[in-house]
Amino acid sequence: MQLIPCPWCGDREEAEFHYGGQAHVAYPDDPHGLSDAQWAQFVFFRDNPKGPFAERWMHAAGCRRWFNAVRDTATHDLLAVYRTGQQPPQSIAPSTGQDQAQVATA
Amino acid sequence: MTVETSIRLSPLADWAAAFDQLPADIQVREMPFRTQLSLRLDADGPAAASVAEVIGVALPTAPCTFVGTDEVEALWLGPDEWLLVAPPGRQAQLQDALRAAIGDEFGTVTDVSAQRTTLRVSGSLTREVLARGCAIDLHPQVSPGGTCVQTQLAQAGVVLLVRDDAATSVWLLIRPSFAPYVASWLVDACTEYREEAP
Repeated sequence: MQLIPCPWCGDREEAEFHYGGQAHVAYPDDPHGLSDAQWAQFVFFRDNPKGPFAERWMHAAGCRRWFNAVRDTATHDLLAVYRTGQQPPQSIAPSTGQDQAQVATA
Repeated sequence: MTVETSIRLSPLADWAAAFDQLPADIQVREMPFRTQLSLRLDADGPAAASVAEVIGVALPTAPCTFVGTDEVEALWLGPDEWLLVAPPGRQAQLQDALRAAIGDEFGTVTDVSAQRTTLRVSGSLTREVLARGCAIDLHPQVSPGGTCVQTQLAQAGVVLLVRDDAATSVWLLIRPSFAPYVASWLVDACTEYREEAP
């Protein structure tokens, strides 16, 4: 079974973790100013890259903490894990969803 | 209102006879009704120091460890979360002392004694039997005494405490609804170590 390195607990089996979707999707600055289409874009639309992808995971059967991981969607390699509030390593350059946030708030 | 009952039954009260039938090299006993308090506070804040004075030992900040005295043990469950475990019946006393110590600082103490029961697994077969359902490496070099991991044992969530450096004494904290399942799994996992096949 694939091991996922929890930032707190270390390597644990994938079955202990819960997937949380794309990371770093910014909440709109002015939610009331959005059209329905823009709001739907924020709520439902996520990137689907082939390659490095920043996503949220939670160590559900362990410390129950959310954290971020950069995973290569083509190889399923976990390239980096980092705690919530931190930014992904520049060297990996995942698709972060910042583009979408700008669309939503534009 | 909860109803006061005169008889209190532990989740594994019916399993003592089955545990007696296990091979000689592994002993399993339930330690029911132990005091368990969930403690949430900032590990670097003043409340952590106050709590340390009450329980007599600093809260562990290294992930997956526990420390303690004869009276109370503090289990690391998360960066701002601990489980304080004490002998049965200490809930009110410990809770009052902790709340008084925390005072107006930010921190919560919650009695979760009914949330888990404790299974004491000991004997030279402990590590081998647990390895059949637990992915954590219990070799003393990886998990020395004082290790406290939250993981899955045969797909059931457990808190696993390694009590000594030889991993011949392990405590499992199990949810009551999962306890009979874990007990039956343990008995089954021990079957092949019986001296004469049934």
